[in-house]
Amino acid sequence: MNEIFSDQTLLETRKVCKTFGSGKNAVNAVIDVDFQIHQGEIISIVGTSGSGKTTLAKILLGLLKETSGEILYKGKPRLLKSQKERRAYWQNIQAIFQDPFSTFNQFFRVDKILNDCLKLQGLEHISQKEKTEKMQDACKFVNLKYEELYNKYPFELSGGQMQRLMIARIFMVKPNILIADEPTSMIDACSRSTILDMLMKLREEEGMTILFITHDLGLAYYLSDTIYIMESGRIVEKGPAEDVILHPQDSYTKQLVSDVPKLHEEWVLSY
Amino acid sequence: MTTKTLIVKNLKTYYKTRLKEKVCAVDDISLELEEGRVLGIAGESGCGKSTLALSLMGFYFPPLNFKSGTIEVDGVDIMKLPYEKLRTDYLGTKIAYIPQAAMNALNPTLRISNFVLDVLREHRPDLTKEQMLNLAREKFEFLHLPERVLSAYPNELSGGMKQRTVIALSSMLNPKVLIADEPSSALDVTSQKIVIAMLKKMMDDQFVKSMIFITHELPLLRHVADDIVIMYAGEFVEKGTAEEVIFDPIHPYSHALMASIIVPEEEMKSKQLCAIPGAPPNLKNVPPGCRFADRCSFAEERCKKEFERIPLIHFGNGRYSRCIFSESELREKYAKKAAKQHSENYYE
Repeated sequence: MNEIFSDQTLLETRKVCKTFGSGKNAVNAVIDVDFQIHQGEIISIVGTSGSGKTTLAKILLGLLKETSGEILYKGKPRLLKSQKERRAYWQNIQAIFQDPFSTFNQFFRVDKILNDCLKLQGLEHISQKEKTEKMQDACKFVNLKYEELYNKYPFELSGGQMQRLMIARIFMVKPNILIADEPTSMIDACSRSTILDMLMKLREEEGMTILFITHDLGLAYYLSDTIYIMESGRIVEKGPAEDVILHPQDSYTKQLVSDVPKLHEEWVLSY
Repeated sequence: MTTKTLIVKNLKTYYKTRLKEKVCAVDDISLELEEGRVLGIAGESGCGKSTLALSLMGFYFPPLNFKSGTIEVDGVDIMKLPYEKLRTDYLGTKIAYIPQAAMNALNPTLRISNFVLDVLREHRPDLTKEQMLNLAREKFEFLHLPERVLSAYPNELSGGMKQRTVIALSSMLNPKVLIADEPSSALDVTSQKIVIAMLKKMMDDQFVKSMIFITHELPLLRHVADDIVIMYAGEFVEKGTAEEVIFDPIHPYSHALMASIIVPEEEMKSKQLCAIPGAPPNLKNVPPGCRFADRCSFAEERCKKEFERIPLIHFGNGRYSRCIFSESELREKYAKKAAKQHSENYYE
């Protein structure tokens, strides 16, 4: 698996910290996080609830500002001061969120949602026919039928359909980096494998770099090349997926691995 | 001799929609639950798992309606009881239910002790307030919940703690049957383990005599349940012990479901994940014949024609499957498919 991604570092964080509140009430959500994402790599960040995974994702997306530290995109410090810079950044980095039911604007129909992706790419000027073709392609990629959906509102779709529509959006924007924040935690095991397959396909066909955030070690192991384990804001272990899952070194990782119910091993339920 | 705590025969319930359509979410289901056993129910979203759990409680709010069947709890058909008697003498004391996302059901303006008093005042009016709180304290201590929980507001507790509190509340009166609908699906792995350990402890110490556990996480069921039924489009398609259903599924649907399991084990990395194509049939009008036929890779024409509805066939040793093919025919098909996949991988 390791040959798929190149050595070129795409996104890098250096000693990124995030503190909420101040003085006595300060909460350090992310502490000194360093990592590199290479072109075409799938990275997973695993941790329990409250370990700072989502905060980190929001910082990377530019939705939250880091308290200290540096974030480099393609070797240069990323700039998010003006609307123009932010827009350029979001052409390169996009996200899928946990709750498919609250990601879409309820007042916009599916065609409008997909059309906005073209706008983000700066493709307003192309003809309506080309636009429709692009939208159809995207829907086909995620096994949705554009003809049935384009006139519907998001709340008329099922959870699985919405999550797939989210991926169709990503397919249209074609960002360099995709941040997937627990995209499968609200859907059942069967649709989950469909979503995972699509993420793999995005990497294979589009060369997309994926940062996958989850609390499920099984998913992380199946999908990723590199795994980072996060505990209360710090990264406690990192390495190739095989090493981290099958031969964990850190005591926290060991505990996480033993907490997952497995098929062939006894699950020790200590109280 | 083992006693049966719950016997359900031919239960049919339906939702009546705004447009007067009937959605038959629980279609002719029969099940038996023995004392000391945990029955796991698995299936994808929308297959009727949660509706079944709700239906087993014996009271129906629109749009859910009861059509036919019997639900015997502890030897009494609760469908024949008047509502008031059912509510005071059966619900909570004989049969208890933990709804999905139960932790969001706690009223944020009340302390946990209020919920305890609420439950006990209804079912044990003979106790004084102090006795009720003592009872709760004992119970909480036994389940390793700190005493401060009783005087806390729900928003002061973590997700796992809230879930455990809800479970402790619903089993306050030591019910014979506990129905747990996805009790751990909103939690992370560590809290999930604590919740499951607590449920196990309640079973071991006979607080709860028997349990129905509903989830879509099959690896979890393997450790929790003694028996598993697989549900699809409102009906059971396979039934057997946990080991048998997970490691040796017979029905094509359960077989496909097992292929979508993901666990952090060594062979996972090379495993080919198989998603089931298509979507389950619309329960407003179910097609005749096999309900899985449109998505099944082994389906033939006779799957949809031979029967109006395929019966649940007993294979011996308590194993049932709802498929037109015999066990040996299916095994042959699986072997062929596996061999084909293997050779494809080889040539790649």
